[in-house]
Parts: sequence; structure tokens; C-alpha cells
Amino acid sequence: MSDIAYAPSALPQPIPVREILPWAVFGGLLLLIAIYFIGSEEGAMTLVSGLNTHEFVHDARHLLGFPCH
Amino acid sequence: MVGSLLLRGMLVGILAGLFAFGFARIFGEPQIDRAIAYEEQMASAEAAASGQAAEEEPELVSRGTQAGIGLLTGSVIYGAAIGGLFALVFAYVYGRISPLGPRATAALLALGAFIAIVLAPALKYPATPPAVGNPETIGARTELFFVMLLISIAASVAAVALARRLWAQHGAWNAGIAGAAAFIAIMVVVQCALPTINEIPEGYSADLLWRFRTSSLGMHAVLWTVIGLAFGALAEKSFASRSSHRATLR
Repeated sequence: MSDIAYAPSALPQPIPVREILPWAVFGGLLLLIAIYFIGSEEGAMTLVSGLNTHEFVHDARHLLGFPCH
Repeated sequence: MVGSLLLRGMLVGILAGLFAFGFARIFGEPQIDRAIAYEEQMASAEAAASGQAAEEEPELVSRGTQAGIGLLTGSVIYGAAIGGLFALVFAYVYGRISPLGPRATAALLALGAFIAIVLAPALKYPATPPAVGNPETIGARTELFFVMLLISIAASVAAVALARRLWAQHGAWNAGIAGAAAFIAIMVVVQCALPTINEIPEGYSADLLWRFRTSSLGMHAVLWTVIGLAFGALAEKSFASRSSHRATLR
């Protein structure tokens, strides 16, 4: 079996960058925005007025290590 | 292919977020409660000293909500986002950096990401429990935290690139050691250069601080362990089904 594992045909084939790029740009952006809302909204800067997001995820923010009030 | 990996990464991230929530609920919450009790005690002592009635902070969200559904929401959304980003990086890294299969690639990538995103930045700017931290410096602290995070990620990418370059001539072990040493050297210099933040009040419980910070690191460790192992298992399946599909097409 170990011989087969090292056969060139078993080497992983990379996924072409042009296939990854659109997903990385749009998906990556949305995911970073999600992290922003959990981590920093209503901390150093505020997009939505009030403190409700901050207070709601307060404990998660502290425990995940984001700077918090 | 990338879309299915991204979806799997986010699903695995949700699962990991649930595990992280369980860990945080058991080990982190008692420390947050202790910190809030200390905060209230300090506030009432201050009010008594100045002869005024203690100012009650209006409670927008109850403690039960913060420690329950709030913590759950935060953990799961964070987990899903990290899982998705992990899948995107995995899609690029797989087959490009090493001949390792999907499971080993996912496990090593998760370990590396934990070190670069959580452990190394936390050595300089660790998690802070309630009652630690001056509200007036939140801007500067947030900036430094994200600067540290970006430098750490950039340093880890540079370290991997260096190791990849040395690999052919010096072998995987020596290349790996050189890459790790480069990462450590960059981080030591950067951490010495960036300003220190110490806003811990006089007499703050050292035990509470230690337990809070270890549970914060533990929560991240649980998250990344589940992502690395579960994503590897799912990715292996999806690569296997793709190659068998190709084989039948031939």
C-alpha cells in the first residue's frame, strides 16, 4: 500500500487559483464582516447605533480575546 | 469544488463553535461572573467613598442572555466565519505546499492557524476579563490588536514560503525548522517593539486573570481542533468522490 501512496498519480492535485478567487473574494469578505460584528462592532467603531450588538455578544467577545470596553 | 469546500468549512465551523461554546460556558463563564462581581464591588466602594449613591448601570441585555444565547450566537457565528475562511485557505494550500493528503493538510493548517491567529498575538495582547481595560483606550487597544494579528499572519505566510523554498535542497525537517525559527524571530522583534498594554487594576485577582486567560485560549484550542480534524475528514470524502467521478468519466 505504501508504494501506491507515493505513486505520482496519488499526489494531490491543486485547485486552480481562478476557481478559488471568486469564492475567496465574495465569501471571504462576508465572513470577515461576520467576524467584525462579533469582535468589534460598537467597540472602537460603530456602524449600527446603540450598544445592543456589543452587549449581546459581550461574553463571547471577552472570551475570544477581542479588545472590549 | 471550492463552493462545496466553503460550505463544508462553514458547517464544520458551526460544529466547532458549539464545542467552543460548551467549553466557554463551563470554564469561562464562572470567571466572567467573578470579574463582574469585582467590578460591582469596586463601583459601590467608590460610590460609598464619595458619599453618593452607587450609579446603577442600565442593563441592556441580562447576564443570563449574555452568558447563554449571546455567548452561543457569538461562538457559532465566529466558528462559522473561521471555518469558512479556513476552507478557502485550505483550497489554496492543498497540493501546493506539501504532498500531504487532505486530513494531514487540514490538521497542520489548523495547528499553524491557531499559533498565528490566537497564540502568538495573545502572548502580547491577551484576552481581558471585565473590569480590566480603560474604556478611553479602546481605540488604541483595538488598533494594536489588529496590527499584531496582521503582522502575525504575514509572518507565518513568510515563514511557510521560506520553508517551501528551502525544502528541495535541505529536506523537509530542516526547512520546517528554519521557517519556524524565522516566525519566532519576527514575532520576538515585533512584540518587543509594540507598546505594552497593562490596564489591570491594583489588587485585581491574579487567579481570576490566569483562569480567564487559560479558558480563553482553551476555547480557541477547542475551536481549531474540531475545525482541523472534522474538516479534514469531510474534505477527504469530497476529494475521493471527485476522483472516483473522474475515473468513471474516463
